[in-house]
Amino acid sequence: MTWGAQVMIDTENLATLLDTLCPMFVLVDDGGRIIRVGPTLQKLRPDQPMAGKNFLDVFELVRPRAVTTISALMTLAGAKVHLKLHDTPRTALKGLIAPLPHGKGAVINLSFGISILDAVGDYALTSADFSGTDLAVELLYLVEAKSAAMEASRSLNLRLQGAMLAAEEQAFTDMLTGVKNRRAMDVFLGHLISGNSPFALMHLDLDFFKSVNDRFGHAAGDYVLQQAARIMVEETRNDDTVARIGGDEFVIIFKGLADEIIISAIAGRLIDRLQIPMVFENNTCRISASIGTALSTQFTPPKAAEVLHAADLALYEAKRNGRSRHCLYSTLVDLQRTNAATDTPSE
Amino acid sequence: MHGLINRAIQSFVCATYGQSCWLRVTEAADLGFAEFEAMLVYDDDVTVRVMDALCADLNRPRAEILEDLGTYLVSHPNMEDLRRLLRFGGVTYVEFLHSLDDLSDRVRLAVSDLSLPELELREVNPMEYQLCCHPGLPGFSSVMVGVLRAMADDYGALAMLSHDGQEGEADVISIVLVESAFAEGRHFDLGRASYD
Repeated sequence: MTWGAQVMIDTENLATLLDTLCPMFVLVDDGGRIIRVGPTLQKLRPDQPMAGKNFLDVFELVRPRAVTTISALMTLAGAKVHLKLHDTPRTALKGLIAPLPHGKGAVINLSFGISILDAVGDYALTSADFSGTDLAVELLYLVEAKSAAMEASRSLNLRLQGAMLAAEEQAFTDMLTGVKNRRAMDVFLGHLISGNSPFALMHLDLDFFKSVNDRFGHAAGDYVLQQAARIMVEETRNDDTVARIGGDEFVIIFKGLADEIIISAIAGRLIDRLQIPMVFENNTCRISASIGTALSTQFTPPKAAEVLHAADLALYEAKRNGRSRHCLYSTLVDLQRTNAATDTPSE
Repeated sequence: MHGLINRAIQSFVCATYGQSCWLRVTEAADLGFAEFEAMLVYDDDVTVRVMDALCADLNRPRAEILEDLGTYLVSHPNMEDLRRLLRFGGVTYVEFLHSLDDLSDRVRLAVSDLSLPELELREVNPMEYQLCCHPGLPGFSSVMVGVLRAMADDYGALAMLSHDGQEGEADVISIVLVESAFAEGRHFDLGRASYD
């Protein structure tokens, strides 16, 4: 037996062993020529036998990039290298170089790394293409199982989010103060008008609220709004409606009330109580309120927007007269009539 | 009961007997809703009521319906995802049978709060196996008979399946492999994309 034959038998035995243990191996000779490749690796290029070619003609070294010769490659023994196939699909591969004894070449074991997800599709690989101890198939199983579970969770999240938005949309309560919100007020106002029930509508605006917010922060502002809402609820009857319709704007609807003397008394009490300083975290917050009131009976037939607008005009008049005032829409109308009467002769 | 199990029943009933049957069943079971969420957990009692209502509506024994459910889980196009996950178990039907020992662990890896009963495969001889279904999910062994039968078709194996009584609290399924490469079987690639 010649020395050459001895080497050939060794190579043959080694290749058979490697076929089983690491089916993506490359066996190269000392000149960098490929002697054998594992069956799975050859599956990546079924029509172009890799054996016989130069390793660096089939694979491009991505990292470390400086290596362009086979002798330089051999110095990377034991280190992890990143490679790519030269032609498309340019699948990324990880590799480990193990030199054979006596400078007789090397075994380079390759694996897909994270590119396995594309590779199994590109090359129609099956479980049989991976060695029994390779976790590749388990990895693929997990990716699919987790993706399916994630998709189910995601669709549940979307539906829950939709339900949450719908619930918020339908909510009638102002989350901060616990009184009704704008939406509830609109609905309630609609009911009163369609049921022909007389009512008084009070539009209340907190004075100096912005300065509380600016000086003591939003937490203080929120506290003041909560206290103000509580006072309004306490000063009204159970079947009256208190609603917060904007930042520091409230509307109170008094069902069946058309007596301006009673209305004015309630407005006076509200302003008195709201003027009492509130203490929040050792800061004294001072606010007050301006109020405008309109009666539904002042309109035939009353419309929601009309009554609201009238209360709004009265509120504006109250603010114009200095803060902490109440103004009735009827007073405003009388005033305008008087002004018109006194203006007329001078024309 | 995990929503995935309830959702599987819903999907099976809708695909096999139609939406109207499912609505009758949910009404008879007094669910108060018609759609199960796959990723929520429901009271066990809810599933029991649905199965009772379904048996009454179809006038068929529970075990038979559950076997059909098992077959549906593997063979219906709606359930392709699940079939693929099961096929990861092995290259041949026998390998797949052996992978059942890990099924409950595999399921837990994917969905941590879904726990299926332990399965234990015993090889009587290379053509004859016994699958022990441990307790924890009533009717699971019936579903498994359907799953195993459909998976045999999937692999192209010819197998005979039957309930083989009980061992303690465990249900035993007997699997007799008549021929392991009887037909072509359905195609399976590891890569999803190439399958689509």
